[in-house]
This record gives sequence, structure tokens and C-alpha cells, in this order.
Amino acid sequence: MATCEVSFVSKFSDLTRLPDARGHFGPYGGRFVSETLSFALDELEKTYLSLRDDPAFLAEFDYDLAHYVGRPSPLYHAERWSKQLGGAQIWLKREDLNHTGAHKVNNTIGQALLAKKSGKPRVIAETGAGQHGVATATVAARLGLECDVYMGAEDVQRQKLNVYRMRLLGANVISVESGTRTLKDAMNEALRDWVTNVDNTFYIIGTVAGPHPYPMLVRDFNAVVGREARRQSFEEFGALPDALIACVGGGSNAMGLFYPFVEDDGVVMYGVEAGGDGVETGRHAAPLSSGAPRGVLHGNRTYLMSDEGGQVSDTHSVSAGLDYPGVGPEHALWKDVGRVNYVAANDNEVLEAFRELTHVEGIMPALESAHALAYAKKLAPTLRPDQHIVVNLSGRGDKDIMTVANLDGIEF
Amino acid sequence: MTGQTMNRIDQRFAELKSQGRRALIPFITAGDPGPEHTLGFMHALVEAGADIIELGVPFSDPMADGPVIQKACERALKRGVRLSHLFEIVQEFRQSDTTTPVVLMGYLNPMERIGLEAFADQAAAAGIDGVLTVDMPPEEAEELGPLLKSRGLASIFLVAPTTSEERAATICAHGEGYLYYVSLKGVTGSAILNATDVADHLAPLRRMTDLPLCVGFGIRDGASAAEVGKVADGVIVGSALVSRIAANADTPEAIPAELKAVLGEMRQALDALSA
Repeated sequence: MATCEVSFVSKFSDLTRLPDARGHFGPYGGRFVSETLSFALDELEKTYLSLRDDPAFLAEFDYDLAHYVGRPSPLYHAERWSKQLGGAQIWLKREDLNHTGAHKVNNTIGQALLAKKSGKPRVIAETGAGQHGVATATVAARLGLECDVYMGAEDVQRQKLNVYRMRLLGANVISVESGTRTLKDAMNEALRDWVTNVDNTFYIIGTVAGPHPYPMLVRDFNAVVGREARRQSFEEFGALPDALIACVGGGSNAMGLFYPFVEDDGVVMYGVEAGGDGVETGRHAAPLSSGAPRGVLHGNRTYLMSDEGGQVSDTHSVSAGLDYPGVGPEHALWKDVGRVNYVAANDNEVLEAFRELTHVEGIMPALESAHALAYAKKLAPTLRPDQHIVVNLSGRGDKDIMTVANLDGIEF
Repeated sequence: MTGQTMNRIDQRFAELKSQGRRALIPFITAGDPGPEHTLGFMHALVEAGADIIELGVPFSDPMADGPVIQKACERALKRGVRLSHLFEIVQEFRQSDTTTPVVLMGYLNPMERIGLEAFADQAAAAGIDGVLTVDMPPEEAEELGPLLKSRGLASIFLVAPTTSEERAATICAHGEGYLYYVSLKGVTGSAILNATDVADHLAPLRRMTDLPLCVGFGIRDGASAAEVGKVADGVIVGSALVSRIAANADTPEAIPAELKAVLGEMRQALDALSA
């Protein structure tokens, strides 16, 4: 279980050279947008490619991550929980301790630097759970940029705390009433805004999806998570981890953790999707583990939950941040080549993991991150105590207290 | 450039050119407010002077469309309309109208879902003449483009105010049928267009291609159609028609007359230009 049965060396090293010049990850990715946006995407790609290896740009990014975000985030040994589960040692990559409380800020810091270079006075974002919206509103406040955040009306309801946080930060939160009133509809509306205001607006996409170059640059900005975790693993237990686990909605925290380990064959990776009521019920948000067909949405080709007529399916998850019918195109490729195992955790397993970590370790995880913990609970007992699992604790759970309280029948 | 076979679109533009007239191209979302009405609407559009009909394929996530066409998609999807219905509708249309070109306009996912080859086969068999896939620029059309071409269907592409000359040249090289110039930065049904700005953008395109240049987004009445008709080979009108369908969705029998009134005014305004 701890090591790959088959060696994929040549194949896996190839994975670090993607996307190709047109933004394709094998058959996935690309740039499927209406013509008006092509120019802005070309411009963004040129800007990013000119800066990605520029020492001054990287130094500025690293400085902000250290002094504004508080990196590096710790790799914490969940000793008591590991003992209780009776198997491998579980290490938590504490992205919940970042400024704003999730990994999302790594990317918004990076994109804010690009926005600054572009000279555009306004940023927009889409958000599900509100973490990316908060992280965007935060960097916008810091740089004095106008900020509009699109959020599905259903998510505005279930994430009231983050909505108010964004407003306190000076952002305008726009409730999206169209479609299923969740993350995908927020992204549609953000794209409509961008196409209208493309001259003065920088679109800060929050996940490794969207048209090229977004999947690449969001990955690169989040890869700091995996680089740190790799180094910290050697420091803490003197070896590479045996397994990595992260939740996958669009897939940015999983991409950030996994990418720097992609060539380490011995490191087995698990991406945990939102199983909702159970993949077998159809009420879930798990395109990879449910065997959804290929499709095109929001500018890229990927695996996409849709009906036989190609209409995008409704999704269901207790966590707003994973409630998305598609997934980043690089994950789609990693599924095909077998580099990552994609599994699902159901809402009830997630809530159990949420409570368990809170009780046993005194750490309240975001419901999104609790998907990864739910799978760790299953995997750890199958491994030996001298083996190590790194779980991305991608965000903190304060924002979810109302949701959990409601499920407990408690009203404030 | 246009294919070797003369399809209905090329034929129609050749006729219009010889008459010195502009093309009037209405867009409606197929299946709105119900699939049983679309055929009648198409005939009404032709009677009111449509030269080409663009039929919108309903999609759950129409990212390039404003609220008017989003809601039209929702009405059609509520009735379960899918591509197979569109093919049936066009097939029936062809029983009595063999000359008016029909162009499908929509998003890639419904086409991909049934398989691009199956899509091209069924579109050709139904009597469709061209396909405009809003979220598929020519760079991503490597698969669908040849499948359509080999069946005599035109791949129609968009050009936007933000399109660079270099990109415009690529689009002209891949485009067939006509070029759809998007008159403004925004979604369908947005603000009123600026005719001078449109003229400035069409001039370099004229030097690059012989394709007819048609303009859409922001054309809502005879006056705006005439403004654009002065510099373009055709005008495309969508939201102005779809909003009439929306206003009468509960009394669909009233819709054909409404469509004819809106389109008829544009036809007169355009024909006054060539008189």
C-alpha cells in the first residue's frame, strides 16, 4: 500500500513539463472562451511567463508569504489521533494557520502581484465557501484595489460569516441567483463581468481550473505548500512521506501539496472528492471518482458532471467549497495516468472526522479539509506505525460552525 | 475561406451581394418557451425577412450570455429540450423551406457529450448549414472543424473588439460562412453599440478576408440595424427577439406576430439602405 506496485518513472517525470504551450494537459485544459477574453488571457500569459522565473518577482512573492501570510506553515504531528487510529503517523500541513485561514491566500498573493504589474484598478473573484473571496478581498484591501466577489445565493446563506468578513474588508459581495446558485454559477457571473470590464479588471480565479494560463499559475503559486511539506518531512521524520491526502473540489490545495512530489514514485497520493449523500446516490460533487464523462466548462476541458444532453449537473456537498461539477484539468490527467488515486468521502464521514479532529487534537478543520481527514481515518489503520501520511489541512473550520450547529439542531 | 461546396450560407450571401442588400440574421433559443413552438417561429422569421436563422442550443451555463438569453435557456431546459430536439425541428423546417440557411449557435459541452462526430453527422442530416460554438476559438477547433467541413457545414467564428490583428488573421483563415463581429465588450443583450467604433474595427477585417462581415450584440431596433448595416454585410439580432418571446411566454400564440413586428422594422430599415 505504501509504495506504487508499478514504476512509472518516465511517465511521472513528464508530468512536470505540462501544460504545453497552448495550455493543454494531455487531452485536458486549453482555452475554451468567447473571443473577447482571448486577448486578456494572452496578455496574462505573457506577463506571467515573463515573471515566473524572475528573481525579483519571486523574492517579492516569498517576502509576502513570509511576512504577510506567516509561512512556512507547520507540519504538525497529530500524535494522539495517530495512536487512536492505530496505524501510520499522521502529519497535518497547517494551511489553516495562514493569514485568512486557508491555503487560498498563497494564490491571491501571487495573482495580486500580477494585478499590480498589469496596472488594473479593479479585481473580481468567484467564491464558494468564501475562503477565496476573503483571501481576494484581503489582498485587494492591502493594495487599495476595488473588489467585487461573486458568490452563489445558496452559499451566501450557508457562509454568512465569510460574507460579512468580505464586506468588512471593503469588498462588494454579489449574490448570484442564476442556475444552481452555487460556485459554478458564481464563476459564470464572474466571467460575464470580466468580458464586460476586461479593460480595467483583473480576474483572480481561485482554483486550478478556468482557461489557460490559470490552472498553471494557480498551481505554481500554491506549490509552496508541497515544497515546504517535502522539506519538513525530511526534517521531522527523515524520509519522504508514504502517502499524501488532500481534498479536491477544483483542486488547488491538492495540486499545491502534490505537485512538488509528482516525481517521487514512492509517494502515493489520494485526492478526496465530495461524496455528498454517497456517490451511488447521484447526489455528490465527485466527477473523478464517480466516473463522470469528459466535458468543457469555464474555459477548460476536464471531467465534468453532466447529463446525457451535456447539461451540467446539480451537485451536492455539505461543504460549499467543494460543491463544483468539474475539476482542474491537471487532476483529470493525473487520474488517467494513475499518478493520483481519486476517492470520495460522504457528508456523514466528513462530519465525523470534523468532530474527531476537534476533540482529539483541538484543531477545528474546514469541512472541505475534513474530507481529507475522513480518508486519513480509513487509510492510517492499513499502514504500519513507522509509516507517515501528510494530510493537507487546507483551512480552518470557524466558518463552518453555523453549518455544523444547524445539523445539531442548534440555532443562534 | 469558404469550402469548395456551395452551401446555403454562401449561396444566400451571393444573392444578397448581387442585390446590394444586407443580411438580416435573427437568433432565437430553440425550444423556448417549448419545443413545439420553434418551427412556427422560424417560419414567421422567414416571412418577416430573415436571410439566415441562428438557432441557440440551450445550455445550463451560458457564460457569454446576458440575462435575457440565460432565462430563455432555462425555459427551454425546463421543458427538457436537447440537441436531438433541435435536429428534429430543423429537419421539419427543411420539409417546407429548403433555402433559408440555419446556423446552430451554442456552447461546446452539449456537442461533446453526444460525440463530435455524431454531432456533425446529425447536424448535416438535419439540414443545418453552419455551427458557431461560442466557447471554441479556432485554436481549439482542430477536431470539430474538419468534421464539419467534410460534411459541407461552415464553422463560424467570433471576432471581438479586443481581437488583435494577428489573431484576426488566424480567425479569418479558419472561418467559413461569415464572420460574426461582436460589437461590444460584454454579454449578449448589453448596452447600445457604437457604430463608429464598429466601422473602425471592420475596416481592417475587410482587408484580410472576403468573408461577409456580420455584426451582433446591441442591435435592438430598425435604427441600430441601419447604423450597422451601413458598414456591415449583415446584422444579427438576438436579445431583442428573445425578450419578446419571454414577455409572451404564457401566450405563445401571440409570439409569431411579435417577432414579425420587431424583425419587419429592421428589414425595412436595412432595405432602405440599398434603395
